Amino acid sequence: MQQSADVRPALLETRGLTKVFGTLTACDGIDLTIRRGEIHALLGENGAGKSTLVKMLFGSLEPNAGEILWDGQPVRIPSPGDARKLGIGMVFQHFSLFEALTAAENIALSLPEKVPVSTIAERARTLSQAYGLPVDPSMLVGDLSVGERQRIEIIRCLLQEPQLIILDEPTSVLTPQEADRLFQTLERLRAEGKSILYISHRLEEVKRLCDAATVLRHGKVVAHCEPRLETAASLARMMVGNAVQAVKREPVAAGTAAEALLEIRGLNRLPATPFSIPLRDVDLTVHAGEIVGIAGVAGNGQSELFEAVSGEALQREASTIRIRGKDAGRLTISGRRLLGAAFVPEERLGHGAAPGMRLSENLLLSRHRTDRRAFFSRLGVVFTGAVRKASQRIAADMDVRKSGSDPEAAALSGGNLQKFIIGRELDRQPSVIVVNQPTWGVDAGAAARIRQALVELARAGSAVLVISQDLDELFEISDFIAVMHDGRLSNPMPTADATSEAIGLLMGGAEPGHAAHEAAA
Amino acid sequence: MRFELVKRPQHSKLFSALSPFIALVLTVICGALIFAALGKSPVDGLYYYFVEPLLEVWSLHELAIKAAPLILIAVGLSVCFLSNNWNIGAEGQFVAGAIAGSILPVMFPDFQNAFVLPLMLLMGIAGGAAYGAIPALLKTRFGTNEILTSLMLVYVAQNFLDWLTRGPWRDPAGNNFPLTRRFHADAVLPELFPSSGSAHWGIVFALVAAVAAWFMISRTIKGFEVRVLGESPRAGRFAGFSAKRMVFFAFLLSGGLAGLAGISEVAGAIGYLQPVISPGYGFTAIIVAFLGRLNPLGIVAAGLVLGLTYLGGEAAQISMGLSDKVARVFQGMLLFFVLGCDTLIHYRIRLVRDALTAKRS
Repeated sequence: MQQSADVRPALLETRGLTKVFGTLTACDGIDLTIRRGEIHALLGENGAGKSTLVKMLFGSLEPNAGEILWDGQPVRIPSPGDARKLGIGMVFQHFSLFEALTAAENIALSLPEKVPVSTIAERARTLSQAYGLPVDPSMLVGDLSVGERQRIEIIRCLLQEPQLIILDEPTSVLTPQEADRLFQTLERLRAEGKSILYISHRLEEVKRLCDAATVLRHGKVVAHCEPRLETAASLARMMVGNAVQAVKREPVAAGTAAEALLEIRGLNRLPATPFSIPLRDVDLTVHAGEIVGIAGVAGNGQSELFEAVSGEALQREASTIRIRGKDAGRLTISGRRLLGAAFVPEERLGHGAAPGMRLSENLLLSRHRTDRRAFFSRLGVVFTGAVRKASQRIAADMDVRKSGSDPEAAALSGGNLQKFIIGRELDRQPSVIVVNQPTWGVDAGAAARIRQALVELARAGSAVLVISQDLDELFEISDFIAVMHDGRLSNPMPTADATSEAIGLLMGGAEPGHAAHEAAA
Repeated sequence: MRFELVKRPQHSKLFSALSPFIALVLTVICGALIFAALGKSPVDGLYYYFVEPLLEVWSLHELAIKAAPLILIAVGLSVCFLSNNWNIGAEGQFVAGAIAGSILPVMFPDFQNAFVLPLMLLMGIAGGAAYGAIPALLKTRFGTNEILTSLMLVYVAQNFLDWLTRGPWRDPAGNNFPLTRRFHADAVLPELFPSSGSAHWGIVFALVAAVAAWFMISRTIKGFEVRVLGESPRAGRFAGFSAKRMVFFAFLLSGGLAGLAGISEVAGAIGYLQPVISPGYGFTAIIVAFLGRLNPLGIVAAGLVLGLTYLGGEAAQISMGLSDKVARVFQGMLLFFVLGCDTLIHYRIRLVRDALTAKRS
């Protein structure tokens, strides 16, 4: 490895790269320099603008302003094909492989020219030996482990002989051993003078592997640094930011007499798909009047936890989940709603709402059991007028801006639909509400309205559980914060005692308490 | 160079409504071309095909007889398709219903009273529903593809009927023809207006089923469940609806209606069982369901149109000496154009010039 990074020529530079989506500036004047033969880390929380930036570099999105320089020359990258022609390759976080085909056939499918599969298998075998990526091209992808599938993606990328390889969260799906092997491959590629843009939240591996780092927060570059000279804590502080708002109200003292409305006891769940995270011994209690926030990097088991608590996935033991003191582990989502719980999932379109259906119909989606008397006759005939009126009331309460009186859900903007979905649940005055990513992709005004509504609900005596990747949000509204990492949940700490540094470290997987769990498991 | 389908940001409401009519016009144009290619006059062909059958009262009765099973089956299929369950085996459920409903008049010919016909109809419904439950069970229990299993079961049912009519159920007094004994008077579905033609109560069942299904889909919570699970399964699960139970509901309902169509056809139009009892109603009903835009009221109109192609096929065979397979060609073209129009409403075609392939070729 060469010394001081600055002597090496720049391979790719961006100057003032900006991308605006509606009212949201996802990337705001990004300056980035990736030199030849360097592993460059791109750090930032979810929603910091990493994917948007990468999509612009790979030609999936066009920037609104700013320029990209390749080898010192300004270039336009209108499509991924053009990115590949320049010499940019990308390995995605979620693989696009056909399980019923062999590794070589999968590679052949992605190549623009028609090359016999046997030739590809030969080239793939050569590459896999040269770079220490052991994989047999004649194996069916369905029989391969996640790590091996990733190697196919990398080989597929290397076949195009790229100068710059973009890796999006490559280790998020790997075992530690597989990750180690990946690092060796990356170091070999660096030694050949290839450049790598490495996107990750895992601070330790960034420190170990990367020569330079660019940190993004809220769409802006907040720091360029040399990770080896930093500590995990200082990197976490850069990612999360120091500017944490003061907690707005008196935190609820731990162990108060308030009634426990939602209790999770020893929740374990096996992974349902190769990409999902197992839940391990999750324990949590949410009392009346308090908001508990769950922080964590995406894909550490939050969606799995939501499915388990909401009843979309049932538990083996009824006592694992208790709602208002009643065992709910064997109840379906409707049964849990009847106990007084309400749920707001992360995905708005296609999960929290049916895109092609009207708002009034989407009101029925989560309330057809709890409000049976108000909305249906005994024979199940819908009182259309009553449903329309209720949805109008919710829209007015939550300030939902919509075109027409009862538009399809997909016609609303993300923020307005989210306000409607949250309002739909709040309208019931639930005693327990579980919200996953309440303000994900929502503009600032709508986000404030939603947070305010959640705080008011807790103040009125309900238990609120908020799962969010937005730390600022959790600091703003929660009384306690727990961190989810790799399917485990840390002990909740009072928000007043929490620092962004401590939370950031927990998000990266550093909690001494976890070691004990490990031994027990 | 290649073609790509690109999703349109918004689809035109006008063309969505017009699409069945555009498909009909395109079918008529292509039909005319086919007549011309066969060396027949396109004008005569279209006249015998689409106009002549509508000019006589008895012929309108025939239309009602042909349309009744198509509408009954397609109404059930629309619920199936709306809930994203692909029952392609209505033809088999039709046959199963006909067999189950014929048990009384064939095996117990001495049991003759006013209860026979209602019992036959109920047994027909039960037989079709039970036969539809097989692919539903296979899908929910083993994750098999219901398109394949329901389709394959069609041939099982057809061959079973063939065996029955040649073997155990053959009429001993029937001169060795592969037919069951003729149904006794109590087992025959009465004609509506015996003075003017032979249309039986099947068309009434079809209209009642269409109105009931329309009300269910558009006005009740069950219909809401059907549509949510079909459009967005995850949202359906969030709503607390069970996708598995919906598979059974859809298959039992569509199987039951196909079974009712089967026993009505046998007890009404034919009067006995024979090796082949359907000119492909169960498959044609798929076209009816889509031509009717999966709306039970639209399906009534579509059923009449497709019924006409059967009559037109017979008429063209008699008047012009064309094979009755021409009817199938018309039905196939109609489905092709309906689906084509629907695709182009939601997508547009883009021509992509691929630099690499261009260089190589």
